[in-house]
Amino acid sequence: MIAVTVNGQRHELDIEAETPLLWILRDELGLTGTKYGCGIAQCGACTVHLNGAATRSCQVQIGDIDGAEILTIEGLSADGTHPVQRAWIEHDVPQCGYCQSGQIMAAVALLKEKPDPSDSDIDTTITNICRCGTYPRIRMAIHRAAELAKG
Amino acid sequence: MGVLSREVGLSRRGFILASLSAAGGLMIGIRPVDAATPDSAGAELGAWIVIDPDESVTLRVAKSEMGQGIFTALPMILAEELACDWRHVRAEYAAASRNLADKQIYGSMGTGGSRSVRGSHEMLQQIGASARERLIAAAAKRWQVAQSECGAANSHVQHAASGRRLSYGTLAAEAAAITLDQEPAIKAPESFTLAGLPLARLDTKPKTNGQAPFGIDTRLPDMLYAAVTLCPVPGGKVKSYDDSAVLARRGVHSVVPVPGGLAVVADRFWRAKEAAAALQVQWDPGAGAGTSSAMFRRDYRAALDGPLETARKEGDARATLAATPPTGGKLVEALYEVPHLAHAPMEPLNCTARVTTDKVEVWLGTQNPDMALQLAAKAAGMAPEKVEIHNCFLGGGFGRRSMNDELIHAVTVAKAVGRPVKLIWTRETDMQHDRYRPQAALRARALLTAGESAAEGSVARIEALHLQTAVGSITRSLGWKALAPGIEPQAIEGLANLPYAAANLLVECVLKNTHIPIMFWRSVGSSQNAFVVESFIDELAHAAGEDPYKFRRRLLMDSHSNYVKVLDVAAEKAGWGSPLPAGKGRGIAIHEAFGTIVSQVAEVAVDKGQVRVERVVVAVGCGHVINPRLVQMQMESGVIYGLTAALGDAITIKDGAVEQTNFDSYPMLRMAEAPRIETYLALSGGKRWGGIGEPGTPPIAPAVCNAIFAITGKRIRALPISDTDLTSRT
Repeated sequence: MIAVTVNGQRHELDIEAETPLLWILRDELGLTGTKYGCGIAQCGACTVHLNGAATRSCQVQIGDIDGAEILTIEGLSADGTHPVQRAWIEHDVPQCGYCQSGQIMAAVALLKEKPDPSDSDIDTTITNICRCGTYPRIRMAIHRAAELAKG
Repeated sequence: MGVLSREVGLSRRGFILASLSAAGGLMIGIRPVDAATPDSAGAELGAWIVIDPDESVTLRVAKSEMGQGIFTALPMILAEELACDWRHVRAEYAAASRNLADKQIYGSMGTGGSRSVRGSHEMLQQIGASARERLIAAAAKRWQVAQSECGAANSHVQHAASGRRLSYGTLAAEAAAITLDQEPAIKAPESFTLAGLPLARLDTKPKTNGQAPFGIDTRLPDMLYAAVTLCPVPGGKVKSYDDSAVLARRGVHSVVPVPGGLAVVADRFWRAKEAAAALQVQWDPGAGAGTSSAMFRRDYRAALDGPLETARKEGDARATLAATPPTGGKLVEALYEVPHLAHAPMEPLNCTARVTTDKVEVWLGTQNPDMALQLAAKAAGMAPEKVEIHNCFLGGGFGRRSMNDELIHAVTVAKAVGRPVKLIWTRETDMQHDRYRPQAALRARALLTAGESAAEGSVARIEALHLQTAVGSITRSLGWKALAPGIEPQAIEGLANLPYAAANLLVECVLKNTHIPIMFWRSVGSSQNAFVVESFIDELAHAAGEDPYKFRRRLLMDSHSNYVKVLDVAAEKAGWGSPLPAGKGRGIAIHEAFGTIVSQVAEVAVDKGQVRVERVVVAVGCGHVINPRLVQMQMESGVIYGLTAALGDAITIKDGAVEQTNFDSYPMLRMAEAPRIETYLALSGGKRWGGIGEPGTPPIAPAVCNAIFAITGKRIRALPISDTDLTSRT
């Protein structure tokens, strides 16, 4: 049995150790906000926080993270009002929306490291792919989230 | 005219916007994916509008939400005439099954050609106006007053003389029973009060908390999962396979043949995917065996030598060019080439299906629910009337989800195993079994001669212009009806409607297909034709020794003043002509597609051969605007989509198969490479209702390539740009 804590809830799993965390979240736990985009850590649609760090869950084998704490988009806030979510709504960031859970989780991690990130910080840290090209709005929203977080 | 995000200047509109934003009560209504029946208990006013006693107004959308904002734009049009309170509006998909049963009551539900707003605004206005009048009639009847004494606003009907007022929620059931003697007139766009505002999208919140339902998120009781392995060469099939080892794996249920390959069914997707990869299959590659992109390239080049069909002819360009060189004439000739391109939507193709003895249910994101319904019926061997399509949010479409190959797989497998199945194409399958933007070769030849301009004296004029394209036929690839001799609109859009003045003009086309399936890719034929026309016009400007902006302007002035207006906005806002540091330059392009004229100026830096697009100024002439925020978003999106392809993407064929597999070999533009993008509205109002989903894409490739020429003197004639070595200057 492998145990992980996801969004504060502990789960024990009888599953192949090499199963990627992504598919544990989506198919075992029904947390479909975390998305499959490429399966090779290129796109970042599957980004979650693993023990506090932004991580591409398609490349994490469940057997390697026994006992880990995981945060997904569903656990980011109870009512969708995390400063990053609020900033995303203010700037109407999403278009198709498919990559946005991953973008938001990556942005939350960036702001934790750097509460007031520069454009260059955003360029180097936010490497998730958005096929709709929402990058200009993601950039604005991250700056706005930094303001909101300061209150 | 101004930056769109600061568009709201008028106080009346500003007030409305502020009051709507303050409410913050917008909600999205997509039916829960496994709900058996519509969730609305309210009164239906026609097939489009449901008003509940609690005042919520559900507006049905018969087009697909794939990021372009149609779940906001079309409800805004309905709400404009309905005079309902926008804060109570929910959007939900119209059902394809009802469209079938009710004789196309929703019209064509296909989403494409940037036509959702321009193609349905009149119908939606009429439906909204009609419902409003029925609500007014219901109130008038209750009050025993003349209908003409009553008016509607903000989800209420008022009787001004008596000061009485009733809410839509109170009146809806009675209004539903009323038939109007005659249909009311609809508003002219000039009197819109809601439409035209930069309202927030209705679908934003669920797209920020993981709750937005995409097809891939569908979960049904007793559901199995499936992954496919398809013949690497499109059009090929399974020769033989051995599934004994795979069937012994944990969780694997069965192996089911599907068109083009095999599906492995398991109790978890990961198990199905791993098993599919391990399946031993011998393939019969079919007619495409042994082919390559290089072979296609030779074939398309050779096809340009004829025979070709005439798409447009004015004067005799061929004879004029053959007679060269006349005194003072300058002949310019260039061959341009573009590769196949993948759509690569972020959500890989997937479909969930449940097939029982008397019903087929399908969950997916489709751009064409009407066709999906027919495909599902055929794959299940059942009557179309037995099919229900549950359209979901599309994780990107860009044309790919106009033909749902994944649906045929899912229905086939669900029928075979007798349980619900979620079938997902991996990214690799999605990329290697796309229906691609066609590869093409185009040739342009022109004769420049000295002309006279009243304002500028002696200037160059285009004495003759000859444009030829050799490209695949999309409709033939899709198996649609046979074409009139050798021309289809998709091949020549952006060529045959060339706006520039040329004394003699000939546009020719030859359609030539390979085994590689091709389809509509955001902006379709304009995606390659704008690159060629706008690059070649730039070549002509330089050959004539003229400024590329002024050269275009002069050749458009007499017959296309609307183009000049758009071009001027782009040039002015970009600071065309103002100095830039060494290694940087600007390029300009203009193109009309789907009823909208877009001009873009790209500000580009080339450093040690590396191209960096720093800033893009977009001037968009789409006429009437339902929501300027959506226009701005689509211009940004279109630029980045086109730029991604132009900079470094190509689908190449080796031994008949696609070589690229994922985002490592088919790279995507990311944050660090994304330019600043400024969008300006040009050409407001008038008679024009232009599309916005696609027209932002075509101008970016030529604008960037023209900037690269301005910096390096190197003319990019084959995409992607990364195929050209820019490390040394010419």
